[in-house]
Amino acid sequence: MVQVILFLPLIGALIAGFFGTKAFRQMGSDAEVYADHSAAHDEHADDHAHDDHQGYDGPPWPMYLTTALLCVCAIFSWVIFWGFLHEGHDQEIALLPWITSGALKAAWSIRLDALTAVMLVVVNTVSAVVHVYSIGYMSHDEHQPRFFAYLSLFTFAMLMLVTANNLIQMFFGWEGVGLASYLLIGFWYERETANAAAIKAFVVNRVGDFGFALGIFGVFMTYGSVEFPVIFAHAPDAVGKTIHFLGHDWDTLTTLCLLLFMGAMGKSAQFLLHTWLPDAMEGPTPVSALIHAATMVTAGVFLVARLSPLFELAPHAREVVTVVGAITAFFAATVALVQNDIKRVIAYSTCSQLGYMFVAMGVGAYGVGIFHLFTHAFFKALLFLGAGSVIHAMSGEQDMRKMGGLGPYVRITQVMMLIGTFSLTGVGIPDFPGFAGFHSKDAIIEASYAGGSTFAFTLLVIAAFFTSFYSWRLAFMTFSGPTRASKDVIEHAHESPPVMLIPLYVLALGAVVAGFVFQNWFMGEGQAEFWGAAIYRSADNHILMQMETVPLFVKWSAFVAMITGFALAWLFYIRDTRLPKELAALNQPAYKFLLNKWYFDELYNFIFVQPAYWLGRLFWKEGDGAIIDGFGPDGVSSAVVATTAQAVKLQTGYVYHYAFAMLIGVAAIISWFSFGGTH
Amino acid sequence: MIGLAHYLTVAAILFTIGIFGIFLNRKNVIIIMMSIELMLLAVNINLVAFSTTMNDLTGQVFALLILTVAAGEAAIGLAILVTYFRNRGTIAVEDINMMKG
Repeated sequence: MVQVILFLPLIGALIAGFFGTKAFRQMGSDAEVYADHSAAHDEHADDHAHDDHQGYDGPPWPMYLTTALLCVCAIFSWVIFWGFLHEGHDQEIALLPWITSGALKAAWSIRLDALTAVMLVVVNTVSAVVHVYSIGYMSHDEHQPRFFAYLSLFTFAMLMLVTANNLIQMFFGWEGVGLASYLLIGFWYERETANAAAIKAFVVNRVGDFGFALGIFGVFMTYGSVEFPVIFAHAPDAVGKTIHFLGHDWDTLTTLCLLLFMGAMGKSAQFLLHTWLPDAMEGPTPVSALIHAATMVTAGVFLVARLSPLFELAPHAREVVTVVGAITAFFAATVALVQNDIKRVIAYSTCSQLGYMFVAMGVGAYGVGIFHLFTHAFFKALLFLGAGSVIHAMSGEQDMRKMGGLGPYVRITQVMMLIGTFSLTGVGIPDFPGFAGFHSKDAIIEASYAGGSTFAFTLLVIAAFFTSFYSWRLAFMTFSGPTRASKDVIEHAHESPPVMLIPLYVLALGAVVAGFVFQNWFMGEGQAEFWGAAIYRSADNHILMQMETVPLFVKWSAFVAMITGFALAWLFYIRDTRLPKELAALNQPAYKFLLNKWYFDELYNFIFVQPAYWLGRLFWKEGDGAIIDGFGPDGVSSAVVATTAQAVKLQTGYVYHYAFAMLIGVAAIISWFSFGGTH
Repeated sequence: MIGLAHYLTVAAILFTIGIFGIFLNRKNVIIIMMSIELMLLAVNINLVAFSTTMNDLTGQVFALLILTVAAGEAAIGLAILVTYFRNRGTIAVEDINMMKG
């Protein structure tokens, strides 16, 4: 069954990508017929949210095919997950041999354990609903089959990543999702900003992948294998050993874990490598929901959880993970406070929540982190798809300053977004069932305290307060108060079609119930049995027990933060809407600092991009132009030209000059044979 | 007594005059043709002189052959010249340099 799950998306992607695209359909058919068709569709495209120049004129089967295949995958995933909830047993399924080179052996194989099962459910469920949603959202897009092919390709790569049984296969999936992300961010390739964002995402991810690759090399060097079973079995052997790297001897496990974590930082947009995620919002909104909220960006968290046997033995590396996660959670939340683009707010929110997950990983509460990954996938995808529905209603407007008062026009979307907001902000009373985010996020805050990191705990509570504030700010600015949209836009505001609302219902259900239904298995009493060997915790890791005994104020701190954030947002954006402006005017430097995202883009531009440009120009103009070309092709050709210019002068065109030359030649030859040549 | 050496000297002088006639001539092509004719005659003198000295008639036969060829060459050359003059309006050597690189 798991093989079917793995390869159905690939089959869908290949069929839709090769046989569904316009290029294939036009093969052998008359191009003029197509021109007529697209002209007829233009009028439909006019009143649509996207900037497609001409409507879609092909058959709809590629999108139905890929969507149907993904729905099958999602159902199968739940069946497998259900099995693990009850009587799960880990499996390793060999598919094909892949690389055999000396000691290096890597095979295509599937590692099916509880962790994989959770990720299968997350990936396939969100992917399936996003496919369904896209049927509505992308219905008029010219390149619809390509879009669905990319989505399915992404899903396949992501499944390869989560089912990998060795680091190399994982790296394959890792790069595959990076590629799909690049293709989908740049899906509207006519837009210059989309291309720039796609390249940025790709390049920043390469920085992380550099560390990841080094980590894989290091693991192979240390353990002589890249297969997970071998690495995990021999993991304790490397304790206390050192590895020679960059001219120093470092603690092996700490170094390896930090290198691998660097890959996770890139993929999961952690602090310092986060700059690509907000820009990735240039892609279509369903893509943001699937890749940049629910699945791909959580790959880093998954990586740490998968390698828990290594990280468990490297406490120093885990401290770094905790600190980076906490800083990211705090940093991204502060930036989200002042952003005006509805998708960017949610993007920074995603970044912040990923920070939470890494804190959980860092303090050793792997199950809790994965639990937050699980619930976050539902409510964040819900928020993104809801935002997509809002953008759809607003004819493509993404700026919240031009929204407001949309509630009556898009009532269902509003309710769904509110459910997502409830879940994200963690509405619920301690010790009672609440929304999904409440169970997982508050557990992380408790874990950070129990793990002894006051630093992380403080930042996370503040971030929780910010989360609540910006989430409600988004909700209020979008749906409440008087509208700030132009009359033209508001007249056209309409609720999305059912095909876009049904995915919201599914995700909303997850955002409400995923918390208290699954809590027991992920981090409650059933956790040891559920995770089995998928997550390793060393004998002195008692984080889950310590979480039970945290002081009362810890349990209530997140609750208080959530309520305060809500109250403040209400005060700012409902009660007295002049307050935010006055506050911004009062604290102009701080406001600018946040609005410009801590000036990271400017800083990176100054430190990396400009020198790279300078170096590139140097190599181009001086190195290539002046030296290589100067002495190479250009130099040779100019020397030849100069020589021939001289030689041409000999060719006067006068017959008697030629005759004279011949005579001299004859005289010379005769002289040579007469006096010199005959010895 | 006029011997072989005198003939050869005359022939050599004639030949050299012919060569210089080609190179130093700046006037027109007819003079080049006359110079070529002169060089052929110098060769003829050589052939005939050697033929007489060595009592071998082959040289004189060759001289007759060269005379024939020279006549043919003069006829063709003059015909080309006439055509050339019709086309270009000049037969000055200075102006005939279309083969210039």
